Amino acid sequence: MIKINHLYKSFNGRVVLEDISVTFEAGKTNLIIGQSGSGKTVLLKSIVGLHEIDSGEIWYGDILFNKLDFTGKKEIRKEMGMLFQGSALFDSLTVEQNVMFPLDMFTDKTLDEKTDRVNFCLNRVNIINSNKLFPAELSGGMRKRVAIARAISLNPKYLFCDEPNSGLDPITAILIDALIKELTEEYSMTTIVNTHDMNSVMENGEKIIFISDGVKCWEGNKNEILTSDCDKLNDFVFANSLAKKLRSLK
Amino acid sequence: MPGMFKFLTQMGRYFMLLQKVFSVPEKPSVYYKQTMREFVFLGLNSIGIITIISFFMGAVITLQTAYNTENPIYPKYLIGLGCRDSIILEFSSTVAALILAGKVGSSIASEIGTMRVTEQIDALEIMGVNSASYLILPKLIATLIFNPFLTLIGIIVGILGGWMAGTFLGVTTSEDFIYGIQYAFIPYYITYSLIKTVFFAFIITSVSAFQGYYVDGGSLEVGRASTKAVVYSSILILLFNVILTQLLLS
Repeated sequence: MIKINHLYKSFNGRVVLEDISVTFEAGKTNLIIGQSGSGKTVLLKSIVGLHEIDSGEIWYGDILFNKLDFTGKKEIRKEMGMLFQGSALFDSLTVEQNVMFPLDMFTDKTLDEKTDRVNFCLNRVNIINSNKLFPAELSGGMRKRVAIARAISLNPKYLFCDEPNSGLDPITAILIDALIKELTEEYSMTTIVNTHDMNSVMENGEKIIFISDGVKCWEGNKNEILTSDCDKLNDFVFANSLAKKLRSLK
Repeated sequence: MPGMFKFLTQMGRYFMLLQKVFSVPEKPSVYYKQTMREFVFLGLNSIGIITIISFFMGAVITLQTAYNTENPIYPKYLIGLGCRDSIILEFSSTVAALILAGKVGSSIASEIGTMRVTEQIDALEIMGVNSASYLILPKLIATLIFNPFLTLIGIIVGILGGWMAGTFLGVTTSEDFIYGIQYAFIPYYITYSLIKTVFFAFIITSVSAFQGYYVDGGSLEVGRASTKAVVYSSILILLFNVILTQLLLS
């Protein structure tokens, strides 16, 4: 479980996140939704400690993460996996080496054990016979899946995904969403996904928070989102003409 | 005043980065592999350019010395002596360092800068890896160890180039040239040159890595960081050339 209390973050005096309080539950796919520029990525990066917050608390279980020193954060980070918007695979390493990297760095497993684990993770995300390819030789969807394989290679307790299906076709995007949901349930991870894709919201939204201009405006789940009385959320959810028509029919 | 404030801020960030770079590595075996890789990329791959430049530099120094000492009162061995001292004292270390600032410095800044803008550095941090140390320390070790060898290669090839140009173009005889390079030889000059090389290697690698590590933006900024890396490294090399010469030869 990850708990955020009264989180504030600003850049050069410009407030980007204002008084965010939320609890992300374990074993669930928690979504942060909002328009581009609403502060989703800053919130996610603040949660994982890539941005220092101005004030507030970030709890990982019963550990106050934002007050830890570099070494303390490092220990928690070994339990994190993150899927970045652009996948962030290491260009100079092959698919196999990318997935093996956390194992090389933080375990004392033998090469055979590490190779077995890499193959297991790659199979789990349906990447087969691509171990020796470099990231530049992969499609966008494959890169995302390899990045997921790398993120789960150390059996993380926390999985963070920043726009996991951006730049993907709708079918691949649904596959990636389904994979994240399956892995979350399988490993009982606390998963937080940043997205503005309504397909993801309706497929995976077990817990959703909506952010607008750095403020949390709404919290609920995929069943409640269509009947919300939050105007900003409704503008976001029913943004396209088809959704507007469907809403008017209702 | 804002300029001074910015300069001091940058200096502070530079030294804080160095502090992170010289912290204890997470897994020495992984750092060892990375260092071996950097020996190839930053060291072995620079032998070609150093060889070519040193050869022609030696040839030009010999010809210029010959044309400027045509008066019969100057002994012919001065050509070899001039070539030897110029190559050892200045060209093999300082000029080679300026060349390497262009080749190696821009490569380091653009590699690390690209990793920054594509979130690969964030990915390392999320895994709990000290990204500064993992990315920069192997490069520093590789250049600090390998650049003195490049200097020695530069000295040998430069003098060889001088001898070939001098004898084949008929400006001196082989005997005079060889006598010249042996005449009043001071071995400490080699030490002086190698000490300078180590300092310059540190400047090139650390300044370029600093420029790349703190890139903020996109590909345009990576290009700018690369240019800054070359310019700042070159200026610092010239500045430290004066300081070290005064300290070591006075």
